[in-house]
Amino acid sequence: MELFAVFLPLFGAFCAGLLVFVRSSKTSTPNRIDTAAQWVTSGAMILAAVAAGVVFWDVVLGNNPRTVELFTWIDSGAMEVSWAIKLDTLSSVMLFMVTTVAAVIHVYSIGYMHHDHSVPRFMSYLSLFTFFMLMLVSADNLVQLFFGWEGVGLCSYLLIGFWYDRPAANAAAIKAFVVNRVGDFGFALGIFTIFVLFQSVNYDTIFAAVPGKADATMVVFGTEFHAITICAVLLFIGAMGKSAQLGLHTWLPDAMEGPTPVSALIHAATMVTAGVFMVVRMSPLFEYSDTALTLVTVVGASTAIFAATVACVQNDIKRVIAYSTCSQLGYMFFAAGVSAYSAGIFHLVGHAFFKALLFLGAGSVIHAMSDEQDMRKMGGLWKLIPVTYALMLIGSLALAGIWPFAGYYSKDVILEAAFAANTLAGGYAFWLGIAAAFLTAFYSWRLLIMTFHGTSRADSSVLSQVHESPKVMILPLFVLATGAMYMGYLGFESFVGHDAEHFWGQAILVLPSHPALEAAHHVPLWVKYLPLAVGGAGIALAYVLYMGMPSLPGVIAGRVQGLYQFLLNKWYFDELYDLIFVRPAFMLGRGFWKGGDGALIDGVGPDGISAAVKYLAKRAGAIQSGYLYHYALAMLTGLVVLVTWYLFGHGG
Amino acid sequence: MAQFPILTILTFLPLVGAVFILIIFGDEDVVKRNARYVALWTSLANFALSLFVWFHFDTTTADFQFVHTLTWMPDFNIGYKMGIDGISMLFVMLTTLLTPICILASWENIDDRVKEYMISFLVLETFMIGMFCALDLVVFYIFFEAVLIPMFLIIGIWGGPRRVYASFKFFLYTLAGSVLMLLAIMAMYFDAGTTDIQGLMVHRFPAELQTWLWLAFFASFAVKIPMWPVHTWLPDAHVEAPTAGSVILAAVLLKFGGYGLLRFSLPMFPEASVMFTPLIYTLSIIAVIYTSLVALAQEDMKKLIAYSSVAHMGFVTIGAFTLTVQGIEGAIFVMLAHGVISAALFLIVGVVYDRIHSREIAAYGGLVHRMPGYSLIFMIFMLGSVGLPGTAGFVGEFLVLVGAFKANTWVAALAATGLILGAAYMLYLYRRVIFGSLTKDSLAAIKDMSLREVAIFAPLIVLVILMGVYPAPFLDIMHVSVANMITNIESALNASAAISVAGN
Repeated sequence: MELFAVFLPLFGAFCAGLLVFVRSSKTSTPNRIDTAAQWVTSGAMILAAVAAGVVFWDVVLGNNPRTVELFTWIDSGAMEVSWAIKLDTLSSVMLFMVTTVAAVIHVYSIGYMHHDHSVPRFMSYLSLFTFFMLMLVSADNLVQLFFGWEGVGLCSYLLIGFWYDRPAANAAAIKAFVVNRVGDFGFALGIFTIFVLFQSVNYDTIFAAVPGKADATMVVFGTEFHAITICAVLLFIGAMGKSAQLGLHTWLPDAMEGPTPVSALIHAATMVTAGVFMVVRMSPLFEYSDTALTLVTVVGASTAIFAATVACVQNDIKRVIAYSTCSQLGYMFFAAGVSAYSAGIFHLVGHAFFKALLFLGAGSVIHAMSDEQDMRKMGGLWKLIPVTYALMLIGSLALAGIWPFAGYYSKDVILEAAFAANTLAGGYAFWLGIAAAFLTAFYSWRLLIMTFHGTSRADSSVLSQVHESPKVMILPLFVLATGAMYMGYLGFESFVGHDAEHFWGQAILVLPSHPALEAAHHVPLWVKYLPLAVGGAGIALAYVLYMGMPSLPGVIAGRVQGLYQFLLNKWYFDELYDLIFVRPAFMLGRGFWKGGDGALIDGVGPDGISAAVKYLAKRAGAIQSGYLYHYALAMLTGLVVLVTWYLFGHGG
Repeated sequence: MAQFPILTILTFLPLVGAVFILIIFGDEDVVKRNARYVALWTSLANFALSLFVWFHFDTTTADFQFVHTLTWMPDFNIGYKMGIDGISMLFVMLTTLLTPICILASWENIDDRVKEYMISFLVLETFMIGMFCALDLVVFYIFFEAVLIPMFLIIGIWGGPRRVYASFKFFLYTLAGSVLMLLAIMAMYFDAGTTDIQGLMVHRFPAELQTWLWLAFFASFAVKIPMWPVHTWLPDAHVEAPTAGSVILAAVLLKFGGYGLLRFSLPMFPEASVMFTPLIYTLSIIAVIYTSLVALAQEDMKKLIAYSSVAHMGFVTIGAFTLTVQGIEGAIFVMLAHGVISAALFLIVGVVYDRIHSREIAAYGGLVHRMPGYSLIFMIFMLGSVGLPGTAGFVGEFLVLVGAFKANTWVAALAATGLILGAAYMLYLYRRVIFGSLTKDSLAAIKDMSLREVAIFAPLIVLVILMGVYPAPFLDIMHVSVANMITNIESALNASAAISVAGN
C-alpha cells in the first residue's frame, strides 16, 4: 500500500510527461490530451491519497510502524544507503497530509489552468513534485531525504518558471534554486559530519548512537566543536534554505511568479515545511544540543516577526500570503526549538490546510479579476464572489488563531510551550510570537478588507468580468476549509494533548530535561488568553484603519516614510545580496577570465612563449644576411675562439 | 580463456576497421557512405566485445584480468602486456560506448574528407583503449602520446576558424608535460629494472626519487586533466573542435590524467603523493571556484561547458588524494559521470550548432517553443551536471565530498561551494538558451531533434539516470581494486614510517 502512495504520483507524472510530446506533434486534439493528462494525474493522486489514508490507519491507529527496504542505492565503504520507505507516525502524518493537499490541488488546477497552453506539462510537474515530497518524508536515511529535498527544489524551480516567457519568472526560478543550494550546502556538510561521527547516515543507527556521543567533540574547520551541535547546526542551515528562514528567505516571495496552485502546494503546504519536518525527524539529535535548539528558536522567532512586519505593507495579494507563510514557518521552528516538536507538526498540518485554502482563494480572486494581483485595484468583491469570500474568511480566521479554527489550537500551544520553556530564547520567542500574532491578524484583515470590502477600485471592464470560479475549483476548497475548521479541534488531543505519547510512539524524542510541551498545559491564564486577545486586537485595528478611515494608512505611511520604505522593500535583503554576492560573482568571473586566463596564464604561458620564440627566431634570422663576408667573419671568430680554448684548456 | 587475447583484439579491432576504410576507393559519395558505415559497425562490434568483457569481469579480485603478454624487447625487460582491473574496466567501457556515439554524431555534419575523419576516429579509439589496458609503462607511454596525433588532426582539419591556434596550443601543452614524463619513465626503468606496471607497483622507489618522479608525472597529468593553471588549452580546443571531437576530448581524453594519477602517482609514489596532497587540494579548490566563476561569465556555450569540465575535474583530483574509499571511488565515479554528461552537453550544443551555426549564447533564446524534446534532454543533462540526486552527477560528487570531509573539512567545504556555483552557471545558461520568448528570426523555423539525434542521446539518458538511481553495478566493479590500492598505499606508508622511526 505504501508503494502505491509513493509511486502512483510518479506514474502520473510520467504519463502526463509523455502526453506533452503527443501534443506537440498533433495540434488537432489538444483538449482531449489536456483532459487525459488531468485525469491520469488527478486520478493517481486521489488513489495515492486513499492509499496514504490506509497506511496512516495501519501505522498509527494499528500501531504498526515499519521500514520497507527497496534496493541498494549507494554503497561505498561504510557509506551504505538504500532506497526505503520508513513508516512511523511522523512520516504517515506527512504522507497523508501531502497526498491529500496534493490531490485537492490537482483537482483545483483542472479549473485554474483551464486556459493554459501547457496543461500536461503542468500536471506532470505537479505530480513529480509530489513524488519527490513523498520520497523526502518517507526516507529512512539522510541521503534519500536529500534526494527528495533537491528533487522538490527542482520541481519548485520548474514550476516557478512555468511561464517561461516571463523574464521575472525565470529569474525567480533560478533564484529559488540557487538560494536553496546555499542551504543545501550546509545540509550536505551536515550529512558529512554525521557520517564521520556515526559511520552511518541511517536514522536508526544514528539515533541509537547519539546518547553515546552526547559529549563527543569534533574538529571541524580547525576548531573543536561539540560534535552533535555542529551536526545539528549544519543541518539546520539546510532547513533555513528550504523553509525560507531569515537570511535565506529571499526566494520565497519571488516564487509567487509561479501559477497559484503551485504557491499553494509547494510554497505553503508542503515543500517549505520540509525544513521543519527534518528538524522534527532529527529530534533525537537536536535534543542533545541545547545550543542548536536555541539557534532554531531564535531564528524561528526572528523570522516570524520579520516576515509579519513585511506582510503588513505588501500590496500584491500573493506576496502578503507568501510573507505570512514565512512567518508561520518561523512559529513551527521555534516550537521545535523549545522541544515542542509535536506542536510544530500540529501547526504544520493545520497550516497546510488553511494556507493552501488562502492561496487557492487568492487564486480564485485573481482568476475572477482577470489575473490582477494588486490589492489596490480590488475592493468590494464580496458581493460578486461570496463563496470565495466565505472560504477566504475561514482561512483568515484559522490563520489569525481565532477559536475554534485550526490555527487557534496550534498557535496557542506553540506560544504556551515557548513561555513554559522558561529560557531566555523561549521568552524571546514568546514575546516576538505574540507580537507576530497581532500582526498576523492585522495583515489578514487588511487583505480581506482591501480585497473584498469598501468600494471597488477596479476598472469597470475588469469588474464586469468578475465571476465565481467553476465548481472544479470551489469544491476542492471545501475540503481544505473543512481541515481549516476542524483540524485543530480534532487533532489537539492526539498531537499535543493527552494521547500524544501513544500517538507519536517512537517517532519523536523529547528528553526529560526539555519539558516545555508538558508544562505548556499549566501556564498562567493570561498566557493562554493573550494570543487570542492580540488576534482580536489586530483584527480591530485593521477595521479601524482600512474600513473606518481608509485614508489613514496613507497618512501614516507618509509620516514614517523611512520605516514604510524599509518594510516595503523587505528590509533591503535583495539589494544587499545583489551587492555582496551576485555582482561580485559575475565581476570575478569576468576578471578571472579576461585577466587571469587571458592576460596572465595565456599571456605569460603559451602565447608569451610563442611570442618570445618568434622574436628570437626573427633576431636569429637577421644574422643570416646572405653576405659572404659576414659568414667569413663568423667562421674566423669561431676558429679563433676554438683554438684559444684548445690551447689554454690543454696548456692549463 | 586467460590467454585468449581479448584485450588486444578490443584494442586493435578499430585499427582493422580503419584499414578497411583506407582501401575504399571509387565514387565520392560511395566512399563517404561506406566509410561511415564501416566506422559505425566497427565501433559497435567493439562495443559488443567490451560488453562481453564486462560480463566476464570478476568483481571479487583486485588482480589484473584478461592479461595478455607478448615478448617484445626481452633484452631490456620491456614487454607488450595488456590487462584490466576494476578501475580501467570502466574507462574501457566509457571509450567503447562513446566512439559509436561520436561517429553517429558526425554522420551528417562532417561532409568533408569523411574517409580521413573516420580513420582518425577509429585510430583514436585504438589508442585510447590501448592506453587504459596497457600494463607496461612503455606501451602505456606510446598509447598515451599517440592519442595526441589523431586528436590534433581532428581539431586542426575539421575544426572551426581558429583551429590551427587551438590545435597547436593543445599539442604543445600536452607534449610539454609528456617530455618530463618520458624522463621519469627512464629514471624508473633504471631504478626498478623493469617497465612492467605490476612490477613497478610493488617496487619501492626511494623517497627522494619519488618526489622527482611524482612531479614529472604530475606535469603531464595536470595538463591532461586539466588542472588550474594549465587548463587554458581546453576551452580553445573545445571551441574549435568539431562536435564529436569535443565529445571524445571531454568524455575520454580528460580522464587520462585522472586515470594516470590513480594508476601511477598514488600507488607507485605514495610518500610523494602524501607530501604533495596540500598542493593538489589547493590547485583543485582554485579550479573548482575559479573556473566556476569564469563559466558564469561565458558567452560561448562550448567554452562554458569546457570551463565546467575543469571544475568537475577538480573534484576528481580532490577525491583521489583523500586516500579514502569514498574519495577514490567518488573520483572514479565523477570521471564516468562527467564522461557521460559532458559528452551529452557537447552533443547538445552540436545539435543547435548544426542548425544555426553559432555557439554564442546570445544567438539563442526561447528554444523551448520550437524544440520541446531538445529542451527536455538538455534539462536532464543540465541537472546531471548540477549534480542533482538521482542523476549520475550526484553520486560521484557526493562520495568525493564525503571522502574530502574525512580528510580535511576545509577542503570539503570549499569544494562544496562548487555545487552552488555549478547550479548558478548551468541554470543561467539553460535560461538564456531555452527559456524566454522566441523572438529571433533565425530561430523561427528551427526544427526539433530528428530520430537519429534522439537515438544518439537515448543511451546517455539511460546511463545518466541508471548511474544516479542504481550505481551499484558500477561501484561493485571498482570496490575490490580500490580497497586493494588503499591497503597497498597504507602499508607502503607504514613501512616507510617504520624505517624513518628506526633511523632516528
